Amino acid sequence: MSPVLEATNLRVTFATGVAAVRGISLTVNRGETHCLVGESGCGKSVTALAVMGLLARGARRSADVLRFHDHDLTRMTERGMARLRGDKLAMIFQEPMTSLNPAYTIGSQMAEVLERHRGVSRAKALERAAELLGRVGITAPGMRLKQYPHQLSGGLRQRVMISMALMCDPELLIADEPTTALDVTVQAQILRLLQTLQRELGLALLLITHDLGIVARMADRVSVMYAGEVVESAPAATLFAAPTHPYTRGLLRCIPIPGTVRRDEPLGSIPGVVPRIAPDFIGCAFRDRCEHVMPDCARSVPRQNAGTGTRLSLPPARRLDASRGRMTHAVEVRDVRRVFRSRAGMMTAERVVRAVDGVSFTLAAGDVLGIVGESGCGKSTLARMILGLMPVSAGEVLVDGRSLAAMDRRERARLIQPVFQDPFSSLNPRQRVRDIVGLPLAAQRAVPAAQQRDRVMEMLARVGISAEMADRMPAQLSGGQRQRVAIARALVLRPRIVVCDEPTSALDVSVQAQILNLLAELRRDLGLTYLFISHNLAVVEHIATEVAVMYLGRFVEQAPVDALFHEPRHPYTRALLASVLTPEPGKGIPDVGLGESYPDPANIPPGCRFHPRCPLVVEKCRTTAPDGIVRDGRLTECLLV
Amino acid sequence: MSASILSVPRRSRLPAVRHLATALGVLIVGMVLVIAIIAPLIAPHDPFAQDLNLRLVPPMWMEGGSSLHPFGTDQLGRDYLSRLFYGARISMTIGIFTVITSGLIGIALGVVGGYFGGRVDDVVMFLITCRLSIPLILVALTVVALIGSSLTVVILTLGLLLWERFAVVARTTTMQVRNLDYIAAAQAAGASRTHIVLREVLPNILTHLVVVATLEMALAILLEAALSFLGLGVPPPLPSWGLMIAEGKDYMFFSPWVIMIPGVALFVLVLGINLMGDGLRDLLGAGRIQ
Amino acid sequence: MLRFLFRRAVLAVLVCLTVLVISFALTRLSGDLAISIAGPNATVQDIEIIRKNYGLDRPLPVQFVDWAAHAAQGDLGRSYLYHAPVAGLIKDRLPITLTLGLTGLCIALCVGIPLGIIAAMREGSALDKAIGLLALFGQAMPSFWLSLVLIIWLGLNLQLLPISGIDTWDGYIMPGIVLAFSAIPALMRLTRAGMIDALSSDYIRTARAKGLSSARIVLKHALRNAAMPVVSIAAVQLGFMLGGSIVIEAIFALHGVGYLAWESISKNDFPVVQAVVLILALIYITLTLLADMMNAVLDPRLRTA
Repeated sequence: MSPVLEATNLRVTFATGVAAVRGISLTVNRGETHCLVGESGCGKSVTALAVMGLLARGARRSADVLRFHDHDLTRMTERGMARLRGDKLAMIFQEPMTSLNPAYTIGSQMAEVLERHRGVSRAKALERAAELLGRVGITAPGMRLKQYPHQLSGGLRQRVMISMALMCDPELLIADEPTTALDVTVQAQILRLLQTLQRELGLALLLITHDLGIVARMADRVSVMYAGEVVESAPAATLFAAPTHPYTRGLLRCIPIPGTVRRDEPLGSIPGVVPRIAPDFIGCAFRDRCEHVMPDCARSVPRQNAGTGTRLSLPPARRLDASRGRMTHAVEVRDVRRVFRSRAGMMTAERVVRAVDGVSFTLAAGDVLGIVGESGCGKSTLARMILGLMPVSAGEVLVDGRSLAAMDRRERARLIQPVFQDPFSSLNPRQRVRDIVGLPLAAQRAVPAAQQRDRVMEMLARVGISAEMADRMPAQLSGGQRQRVAIARALVLRPRIVVCDEPTSALDVSVQAQILNLLAELRRDLGLTYLFISHNLAVVEHIATEVAVMYLGRFVEQAPVDALFHEPRHPYTRALLASVLTPEPGKGIPDVGLGESYPDPANIPPGCRFHPRCPLVVEKCRTTAPDGIVRDGRLTECLLV
Repeated sequence: MSASILSVPRRSRLPAVRHLATALGVLIVGMVLVIAIIAPLIAPHDPFAQDLNLRLVPPMWMEGGSSLHPFGTDQLGRDYLSRLFYGARISMTIGIFTVITSGLIGIALGVVGGYFGGRVDDVVMFLITCRLSIPLILVALTVVALIGSSLTVVILTLGLLLWERFAVVARTTTMQVRNLDYIAAAQAAGASRTHIVLREVLPNILTHLVVVATLEMALAILLEAALSFLGLGVPPPLPSWGLMIAEGKDYMFFSPWVIMIPGVALFVLVLGINLMGDGLRDLLGAGRIQ
Repeated sequence: MLRFLFRRAVLAVLVCLTVLVISFALTRLSGDLAISIAGPNATVQDIEIIRKNYGLDRPLPVQFVDWAAHAAQGDLGRSYLYHAPVAGLIKDRLPITLTLGLTGLCIALCVGIPLGIIAAMREGSALDKAIGLLALFGQAMPSFWLSLVLIIWLGLNLQLLPISGIDTWDGYIMPGIVLAFSAIPALMRLTRAGMIDALSSDYIRTARAKGLSSARIVLKHALRNAAMPVVSIAAVQLGFMLGGSIVIEAIFALHGVGYLAWESISKNDFPVVQAVVLILALIYITLTLLADMMNAVLDPRLRTA
């Protein structure tokens, strides 16, 4: 049987001279899921666009073989490609929020695919669209067809994208990071859907992702991409059991696996960053980051690189003694609330959003409280209130035993500091690194300039930024380096508490591990207390001592980290844990059992706020709001516990 | 993810042309500025001296022209080249001082509205809407007619009227910058509000404002010329280019150069400023401004 | 959506009131209006008579309330010069100015939008650069000077169009072109920017992945989304053109509202001036309100919110 898609020596070079794809080969068979995995900039999306003929103007594509069934794509005209696309060759994209045209209805956008390729009438096309919407699990398809994209949630839009791709019974479906923009619970649902459809329709699926968990659960075959090349390609089971390339092995060590984490050990990480490759580059692109680098690597790419796979790691860290430090409560939050009144522009009625709706907790000095929850649960709002960047609507925040509201800004800055998610927006692009890190000292107005300089340089060295980088502008740094600078800025005043708001979410997995290790090491050495906010459960399990699960503005469960991960009590916590995709091939995509989408925080359900999605819901949940129950040092907010 | 590679703005395929255009703009503006400054040194004649025997002498490259008056003379026999040089002074003065006045007003309003938001921003938006709804030229003409025409009056009038684009751009860019994490980080670092506005916000919106400044300078120069053309700008006998066109209007059918020369000068100067602004926008990466 | 339009309407009323104050205050800038009306050769007695006759001896707030109350009923006062009601004068001349403005807008739209689309589709090419340069030329062209050049060239040398007046319909063409010239660069740039945004958006990539034809992608999927800001800017530009037509009307001797205003300013006929300022502001406010409504129709996100 000939493969559905076959590519040999596929190359793409951009007008800027960057070689994005450098001679990769891959095949996708009928009924097979082939995963392309790699970090950002490795060329995996470009590969997909090259196959589809959707490359940006100025990009050059060449290949020895690029064949879709019996169509030779290298000789295909743009007109011919357009006839194939959307017909037998379909693609879905990462951003469901922007991938549908806001000006037209779902029905119109779906119908035009069939009208274009089959020449059928609008009515017939709409019939087919409704049938497919039903098939991807959308209720009331007739109504949905008349709606506009902005009226649907992200998960629903991605279902629409999928059904749109299926309009003409494609043979190959390319899915480019189809769940990256979605919450974990929705991600599991979409992946299950893709898997079911693929099996039922016998689709060839080319799935592009950066997430090794997804790869393990979805792939039949995996190609690992690095700097525009496929460095390793193998059946999924083989790849995870016995990775051969040093990069693959490094990647696998970088991901914390929930339930198996040993917190006293740092994560494996790969030093350095993905290089930019010029067209005349020779040798192995990974050599600068490779632990097995040999002289030959600069000349040619070694086919097989033997090695024992020693751990790249820092010396093991000890757990902090929770009673260390003079404060008993580093942070105390008492029934804090925050209400937003807003209009989406000037056109809609006022929305009253109770973003944080009564949160209380205490955080002991030296502890790390991880706060997890899906987007929109209010975790970032809570962080901003604790930092004093946003006033509370009600309740009180105490830091170091004193009310935050009564503190002046300099005093507050000496106690508590933030590290934000996006390293590209958290540094002022018009200031040098040394001035950025020096700002908290300068704002104190009490530190002499010479001393300021010394402390800045000392802190930069501490986070692994060399002295000559102190005079650089942020644009000259990589994402990981920027995040190190942001950490240095947070620590230069030697605060007691650091609020980390998704500090690694914007980073690649290999860099994420570097930053997590750095944060863990700094905490140990400087005796810091962290409030660590993340949507990534594995990351939280790795770094936290205590975990709180947030849902619609409240903590629904809070417990020591081991207790929470091994013995979750709240049904939402269980669903969250179930939706984590660990890199264990053959385990499949779990059925999370949650209802469709995250509720609108402007419209909190009565009774237990989780009841519309709860798999265990009983009658009293619909009417009675649960109180937090504290039992053996854990808080659970559920009527059934 | 990898899509970010695709959305890198496509660089111009004709960078040379673009740089050439910018260089041309800078050259034009620089030259006019130099002429304006040293006009008394290089003008061949007194721009106000009339010689009724030598009225409407054509420029030297036309039939009947003489090298004594390279650009000819006007209807009162004044040397056209000298008047053109002195006219550059008026245009540049108007351009620069109007932009300073309107820039101060507009940037202050825009930054305050964008940074504080809420009711403060509502007031700023209201002021901008009011300003946009009153007809610019009509109001300027009325003010000058009532207060009396002079260079200062024209500068102040235009300065008080042309601030809205500064305000709009300062407001939207401030709003964008305000939501970035480095502002939150500066607040958490204990920095004062003044520090945040002056050191964290302003430097990051400045490139956009520089581009607006060039646009407004060009507009101010054109408006002064239009007001002077209608007789309610700079008072005669000052050699404003707009006034020169107005005075030459009655003779344009037989001596078209009396309106062509100041008109082309005006056009070239404004074009130069705009070319410079366009180049700056690319160079500073200020992006598109509507 | 109704709520949105209601809010815009409230804002419009507030702006109207402010403009009412501004246009009244404007004419009082000189300190003593009576002196301005009387002119340089008037005696003290003349000024005193004028002051009495026009009620200028009353306190300013009384004058304002009196004027505003009458204005609200459509009575904009009497012209000193024509000795006729201002409202009637404006009503007679408004059609000319509106015709001129609409002619200018039509020309500007017909030139600006296609040029913008072409430039966006060939972004970065020599054609795009040429169109950009054209926009710069348009921006740099002083309209009054362009009028004179066109009069010499089209009117006198080629004798294609009448050089002044509107005895025939083609009298509107030359002034229309001049007016359009000032609006074309803005329209073209906004169309180009909107189209480039739309063409590089994710939904256009989706449309391409669906295999749609280029014509359908550009004309259906991209243009519809790029059109919304263009509608707003077109309304704003029409407002500017009506306000800016004063120069053009003066040159081409079109007896529209602008000409009336210019005449009144030079002859110190201030009731007319303040009325014209008010009317033009009202027209501008109405236009932007209309544009908001059109955008609400065009954009389902506004319509269904």
